[in-house]
Amino acid sequence: MAGKGREIKRRIKSVNSTKQITKAMELVSSAKLRRARERLNKTKPYFDTVKKTINEILADSENIKSIYFEGEKEIKRSCFIVITADRGLCGGYNTNAIKASLLSMRDKEDISVIAIGQKGRDYFKRRGYNLDGEYTNILETISFKDAKEIGALVMQLYKQEMIDEVYLVYTSFLSTISHKAECIRLLPLTEIEETGQEKQEKGDAVFEYISYEPSPSALFDYLVPQYVESLIFGGLVESAASEQGARRIAMENATDNAIEMIDKLTLNYNRARQAAITQEIAEIVGGAEALK
Amino acid sequence: MAQTFHLEIVTPERSFYNGEAEMVVVRTVQGDVAFMADHMWTVTPLATGLLKIKDKKGIKKATCSGGFIHVKEGKAIIVTNSAEWPEEIDLDRAIEAKERAEKNLKSSDSNINVERAKVAMFRALNRIRVKEELMNNK
Repeated sequence: MAGKGREIKRRIKSVNSTKQITKAMELVSSAKLRRARERLNKTKPYFDTVKKTINEILADSENIKSIYFEGEKEIKRSCFIVITADRGLCGGYNTNAIKASLLSMRDKEDISVIAIGQKGRDYFKRRGYNLDGEYTNILETISFKDAKEIGALVMQLYKQEMIDEVYLVYTSFLSTISHKAECIRLLPLTEIEETGQEKQEKGDAVFEYISYEPSPSALFDYLVPQYVESLIFGGLVESAASEQGARRIAMENATDNAIEMIDKLTLNYNRARQAAITQEIAEIVGGAEALK
Repeated sequence: MAQTFHLEIVTPERSFYNGEAEMVVVRTVQGDVAFMADHMWTVTPLATGLLKIKDKKGIKKATCSGGFIHVKEGKAIIVTNSAEWPEEIDLDRAIEAKERAEKNLKSSDSNINVERAKVAMFRALNRIRVKEELMNNK
């Protein structure tokens, strides 16, 4: 028995140290999650307002022509901005984001990828996709500057007609325990479906004259990059919060599993020990019997 | 009392202002423009400059840089890259940024983006101006 008991003990020890690591990681990501959520709450009004305002402006300006509008040109090449984590150990977070982007991708040849986060970059690089840009290690300390840089790159590619449409893949933060990978189209602009109530409101106001200063097309040249930047920024902030949330859950599960495993192994160990004792007694009794 | 409208100012960092106002003056790309209640619907980009909000309590000043304003019935929304109250401005940092921008503008290094340096310069000067104005008023 000595051999078996020692083996089980060794396993308990190793599972226990794994548990300590996962527990520590869980605590770290809870702290980070809290910070990321605070950020998210602060930026949410901006994100929502920009989205709403631009949509309103778009809805009221149907007769303005611009390269940013749908139907102005044929779509040959698509660009995907994929936001993933820099590190793993966060459950299905990275795979879900990558899967969501693959769903909308058609031909590998006509795709260019701007990867944010190491995991996504590695994935697309290994499979030979065209990477037009890669940004790693920006998710822990997101600043608007990063979003601006990415936005500027996208706008440049779009203006040079290297790409004809732009998608943003990010993970939206629904609650601490639920996140959903989403793929939204940034360019060209399309009107987002309106709810019944909004439509009614719009119906009353649609004939209102709006002044666009300095001129509608100049305005759009200014607004659209702004819109793209802020959506990228919003996507980054939400994804960062989701990443921490996903990691916390993954680590919590890992810790729970380790505890369960330790319980099982301890039971096995005690059983083996008991068996050994019983056997020893039986041997002693047997020996004593034989001496009589 | 003058008629009021709902003013909302948002930046990427936070919701800067959300409340009733009688008048708001912003620096647009074409110069300072004041908006009061019942203004016609307008959308226009903003430059870097002073932002003045007049409400029941008086006039408030702040810096505002980039973005756009969207005015419609009884409501105005300002979306801007950054907005700060004078007491939040870090004067030392602004002066430092100004000096850096000056240096960049003078140097002949082709890697330096002149447009960007100019914009940075404007932003720093604007901050310094607003801050100093407030200190003189005290």
